[in-house]
Amino acid sequence: MIQIKNVNFYYKDFHALTDITMQIPDKAVTAFIGPSGCGKSTLLRLINRMNDLIDGTRLTGNILVEGQDIYDKKVEVEELRKKVGMVFQKPNPFPKSIFENVAYGLRVQGMKNETEIKDRVEDAIKKAALWSEVERILNNNATNLSGGQQQRLCIARCLAVEPHVILMDEPASALDPISTAKIEELVLDLKSKYTIVIVTHNMQQALRISDHTAFFYLGELVEYNTTHDIFHNPAQEKTKNYVTGQFG
Amino acid sequence: MFKKLSQKVQVGVLAICSLATSITVILIIIFLFSEGISFLGMKPTEEGYVLAVNTKNNLNSISPELCKKVFDQEVDNWSQLGEKDMPIELVNSDQIATLYSEEAIGSEMEYLDTCYNDYVSKHVGVFAVMPKNYVTSKFKGRVVEVQENSIASFVRGREWFPTAKPIAQFGILPLLMGTLIVSLGAILIALPLGLACAIYMSEIAKKRRRKIMKPLVELLAGIPSVVYGFFGLIVIVPLIQTLFHLDVGETALAGSIILGIMALPTIITISEDALRNVPNAMREASLAMGATKWQTIYKVVIPYASSGITTATVLGIGRAIGETMAVLMVTGNAANVTLNYLKPVRTIPATIAAELGEAPSGGIHFKALFALGCILFLITMSINLYVNFVSKRRGVK
Repeated sequence: MIQIKNVNFYYKDFHALTDITMQIPDKAVTAFIGPSGCGKSTLLRLINRMNDLIDGTRLTGNILVEGQDIYDKKVEVEELRKKVGMVFQKPNPFPKSIFENVAYGLRVQGMKNETEIKDRVEDAIKKAALWSEVERILNNNATNLSGGQQQRLCIARCLAVEPHVILMDEPASALDPISTAKIEELVLDLKSKYTIVIVTHNMQQALRISDHTAFFYLGELVEYNTTHDIFHNPAQEKTKNYVTGQFG
Repeated sequence: MFKKLSQKVQVGVLAICSLATSITVILIIIFLFSEGISFLGMKPTEEGYVLAVNTKNNLNSISPELCKKVFDQEVDNWSQLGEKDMPIELVNSDQIATLYSEEAIGSEMEYLDTCYNDYVSKHVGVFAVMPKNYVTSKFKGRVVEVQENSIASFVRGREWFPTAKPIAQFGILPLLMGTLIVSLGAILIALPLGLACAIYMSEIAKKRRRKIMKPLVELLAGIPSVVYGFFGLIVIVPLIQTLFHLDVGETALAGSIILGIMALPTIITISEDALRNVPNAMREASLAMGATKWQTIYKVVIPYASSGITTATVLGIGRAIGETMAVLMVTGNAANVTLNYLKPVRTIPATIAAELGEAPSGGIHFKALFALGCILFLITMSINLYVNFVSKRRGVK
C-alpha cells in the first residue's frame, strides 16, 4: 500500500501539489487523471523520488511505501527505485541490444551469474508479452524495434528488477491504437502481481483498465474513488464536467 | 530593376568569396606537394661533388645511408658493401693535398685533378670524394652513383642530418616517431583529465559552477602557443629535470605535458557537448531501475556519447600533431629514434620551423622540408577524414 499524507510540493515558488492525502491499494490499477499541469505526473514521480533530479524542489508531508517513509534520510533511493519501477511516456530503451536492455537492471544490482540473468531476462520479456516477437533477435539493437515494442521492452526492463510497484507515466500516449491496446492488455495482466499507478490523459483508457481513479485539478486532489463511481457517479461537479468532456 | 541587380551583385560577391577560399586551399596543397614531390628523385650529394672508385671495383651505386656509414667509418671494409675483402680508403681534396708534393699539385692546385686521377687508378680500395668537373674523358676511375631519394629511403631512413657532408641524410623515421610519441603521450595525459572534467561539468556540477568553468576552459584554447611553450620551458622542463635526475629536462615528456594541456579545451568542450546531448530519458531510465548516479554515467551516459568522445579525442590528437611552437621550445629537438619519454625528441612541425630559415631556397634541404610538410598534411588529413567518418556514423544513430 502506498500512503500519501498531506503532501505539498513546490518547484521553486510554484506550488505544484496542495495537501494531497490518499491511499493507493496493492495489486490493483490506480489511474491519475486530470488536465495538463494538474500535478498528476508530479505526484507519480514523487513515489519513486524521480523529482530528486530536479533542482529547487521542496516537499512537505509524507509518502509511505509498504509502511516506510520514502523521504526519510535513512532510505537509500536506489533501493526504493528497485521496489518502485517506472515506465515513461516516451519509450526510452538504451541503444544496446534487446537482451542487454532488460539485463541492465540486474547488472547494476551486481548480478553476475549469466544463466540466472538469462532466465530473468527471458521471464521478464515473456511477462511483457514481447517474447514471441523478439525471441530470435535478442542481440539486435533495441532502437530498431517499433514504438509499441520498445514500450513493452521498457516494461520488461522494469519487470526484470522485480519491483512491487510499477509507475506508468502516460505509457501509451506516444503509441498507435493497436500498440496501445496491447499495453492496456498487459497492464490488466500484470495487476494480479503488481501495484500499478498509471497517469493518463485518455479517460477511456482509465475507464478500461483501472480499479480506482483519482481526479486532479490545479494541484489538488478533487476526487478519489472507484473508477466506476468517478465515471458514473461523480460526487463533485468538476469531476463530472471533466469526465464528460466539458473541459480538459 | 535596381533590386534585382543588387541581389545579383550580392550573390556574385558571396560566390567569389567562397570560390577564392577553395582555390586558395587547393593552391596551397598543390604548392606543398609540387615542392615536396620534387624532393624525390634528387640526389643527396653535396653540390658539385661526386664519389669515385677504382675501375676494378664493381660498386655501381650506393644508398645515402650506407654512404654516410662509410664516411663515419662505421663501414670500413669493402666486403661490407658486397665487394672483395679489403679496407676502404677514404680520400678527399685535403688528403690528396697531403699525399702529393706541392709540385705535383701545383701552386694553385691546378693539377689536383691529375693527382686524383693518379691516386684513384693506382689504389684498388679507394673511395674518393672529388669535384664534379674533374671527371673528364681522361679520368681513369669510375663514378659511383648515389641512389636518389625515394619514398622508402625517406620513410625508413633512421637519420635526419640534412647538412651532413658529403652525403646529407633525409630519414624521417626519428621525426615521425618523435611526433607520434609526443602526441600519444599528450593524448594519454589529456584524455582522462579532459573526460573527467567534461563528466564533472555535464553530469555533476551545479549550473552556476558550470557557468564559471566553461568559459575558463575555452579561455585555455585562446592562449597563444608560444606562451604555453614559455610556461613549459620555465616550469615543466626544470621540474622534469629534477624529478627524474636528468641532464636535460627538454624531453618528449615535457612536450607531451604541454601538448596535453593544449589539447584539453578541444577534448573538454567536444566531449562535454556530447555528454549533454545524451537525452535525459536515458538517465531517468537508468536511475528508475535503481542504478546509482555513477552506474548511470559509466554504463549509459558515456557509451551513448562514445562517438562524440572519440571525435574529441581524435581532434585533440590532430591539434597535438600539428602543434609547432610550444613543442619546439620544450622537446630538445634531437632527432632520436626512441620510445623513451625521458629523451629529447624532434617533431615534424618543429623541424620545419627550425630549419626552414637555414635551408637555401630551392635546394634539397628546402625540398625535404616541404616533403615533411606533405607527410604532416597527410597525417592530419586522415585524422579529419576519420572524424568525418565517425560523426557520420553518429548521424545514422
